[in-house]
Amino acid sequence: MSIFIDRQSRVVVQGITGRDGSFHTHQMVEYGTDVVAGVTPGKGGQSFTSSTGKEIPIFNTVEDAREATGANVSVIYVPPAFAAGAIMEAADAGVEFIVAITEGIPVLDMTRAAGFVRDRGARLLGPNCPGLITPGQAKVGIIPGQITTPGPVGVISRSGTLTYEAVNQLTQAGIGQTTCVGIGGDPIIGTNFIDCLEAFSKDPDTKAIAMIGEIGGTDEQEAAEWIRDHLEIPVVGFIAGQTAPPGRQMGHAGAIISGSAGTAAEKMKVFEACGLAVAKRPADIRVLIGEALGL
Amino acid sequence: MDIHEYQAKELFRQAGIPVPPGEVATTPEEAEAIAARLGGKVVVKAQVHTGGRGKAGGVKLADSAAEAKEHASRILGMEINGLTVGKVLVTPAEDIASEAYVGVLIDRKSQAPIFMVSPEGGVDIEEVARVNPEAIRKVSIDPRYGLLPHQAYSMATFLYEDPALVKQATKVIGQLYRAFSANSCSLAEINPLIVTPAGEVKAIDAKVSIDESALFRLPEVEAFRDLDAEPASETKAREASLSFVKLDGDVGCCVNGAGLAMATMDLVKYYGGEPANFLDIGGSSNPDKVVAALEIITADPSVKSILFNIFGGITRCDDVANGIVTAMKRIDIQVPIVIRLTGTNEEEALEILKGAGFEAYTSMDAVVEKAVQLAASA
Repeated sequence: MSIFIDRQSRVVVQGITGRDGSFHTHQMVEYGTDVVAGVTPGKGGQSFTSSTGKEIPIFNTVEDAREATGANVSVIYVPPAFAAGAIMEAADAGVEFIVAITEGIPVLDMTRAAGFVRDRGARLLGPNCPGLITPGQAKVGIIPGQITTPGPVGVISRSGTLTYEAVNQLTQAGIGQTTCVGIGGDPIIGTNFIDCLEAFSKDPDTKAIAMIGEIGGTDEQEAAEWIRDHLEIPVVGFIAGQTAPPGRQMGHAGAIISGSAGTAAEKMKVFEACGLAVAKRPADIRVLIGEALGL
Repeated sequence: MDIHEYQAKELFRQAGIPVPPGEVATTPEEAEAIAARLGGKVVVKAQVHTGGRGKAGGVKLADSAAEAKEHASRILGMEINGLTVGKVLVTPAEDIASEAYVGVLIDRKSQAPIFMVSPEGGVDIEEVARVNPEAIRKVSIDPRYGLLPHQAYSMATFLYEDPALVKQATKVIGQLYRAFSANSCSLAEINPLIVTPAGEVKAIDAKVSIDESALFRLPEVEAFRDLDAEPASETKAREASLSFVKLDGDVGCCVNGAGLAMATMDLVKYYGGEPANFLDIGGSSNPDKVVAALEIITADPSVKSILFNIFGGITRCDDVANGIVTAMKRIDIQVPIVIRLTGTNEEEALEILKGAGFEAYTSMDAVVEKAVQLAASA
């Protein structure tokens, strides 16, 4: 089992002919993801040939792509100025799950897009996220497939390479994953920790969860309280940015300590109070997950 | 991006908000001339991107132009929270009957702009929230419809009883939302919004932060960027599309990915060291970026060792290793460098690095420990 995507997912790539879009379409198809369509306005009728030789039809609009192929998942590699529009287009076309990889979308654009997606009952992952992977089945986004392996651990993270670091360590220790989800480093994201925790709680194959947060906002604290009140399986938590100064944005637009809220120390304190196992450094995530699984 | 009070007031004026006149001076003589032009009592206000200016002595009332000059000479060059004051705003001193707070910011939880208003202005709003939370009213705005007239009116009635003041405040709240929205702000704040003894509502302080991601379509706001207000290293990093924050330690960090970069800094601290910087070099193996990153890191004389922590996922480690080796040939580094690469093709990468004479690791803990040791023994 898994959350959000599996081998049944039919994926449309928005921005398939761009540099990032085409590169990652090759990677996704090589991994086994069922990419059924691409969208680039003005290039409808052409097709994209993947490195494996698969011919993927290109459409002008997501609506056309969905009608012709039944795509139910979209992944967006569109430049920041147009990305919020691309998200809303996907939701309007009836796509159920929208993964926005694009970094640097204006926040006000995202406030509008987030409301639009919500009203249409679709789920948005990201933006500014690496996407997600269900090892052995499908990946949507940019997570390198070879560092993952199927198994019992659910991974949720706000970052990219730090997630890869943790997942790679799990894999090397022989601990596989059900699904690894990068929720994104922006202040406004479509799917938060609790949404993922809720989904994992309904997945019988997920026996433990690694939750990797960072400074800024209070999502981690709310997630920890949700875990305390609703979740039966063990969760290991890690927070990046213990040495980050207040008031400075640390790369991710959302990674900023504003006022007294959002420090790593505060988040780790709430983690502990809510019964999570707290990893002090990335290497401890693997160790604590191993302990939680009785390995 | 934070902008100065005088720039924020300019945006407010454009939106129609009543803001007293004022001009910026970079020398005491200019401050004197502005004060003389304005006539009467003036306030000399340090223009720095930090709060607590008043407490630090960066805001002074002057009865005359001569006194304004005196204050300016003391405030210019002053350090407030580590930032040097390069400019002062000289503005007429207003008589104040009451002070309120009006602010709008992006609220992560409701994923929308949210107004905060309070009749208790002129003080730190976080403090009001702590001590007297019922003195703050919050109103969430649906950005698709914008601020609705009844929302502005109801906030104004929370601030004032007098219908004449309510009318003025309703207008100001609407204008503030317009300024916020037109300039893609992450925060726009009037603190205080005053009422003069004559019954006029005015904004006498202004604080605005702009969403960096929106600057590409706001050239006139981008022009507000004050390069003197940030370390030269951060300007250079931005030009090289690197994400960089200078810190106080001695272990230089060069990492791909923001989360991993933060975790690397934390691990430096874990092993008893202090990180000299946050630096996200991004996902490419481009030697130009590596060179720019190293130039920025080594420009800081307190850096005693440099560590690379690269996770090669989509970017292959051997590509990154080649990028680092190429970069090193173009730049002369005096401090020891240790490199950790892991992920796709890491064995090939280690061979490339070792062949070029570098200490290379695959464990994050090992490389950080080594870098901390090298910095300590330098």
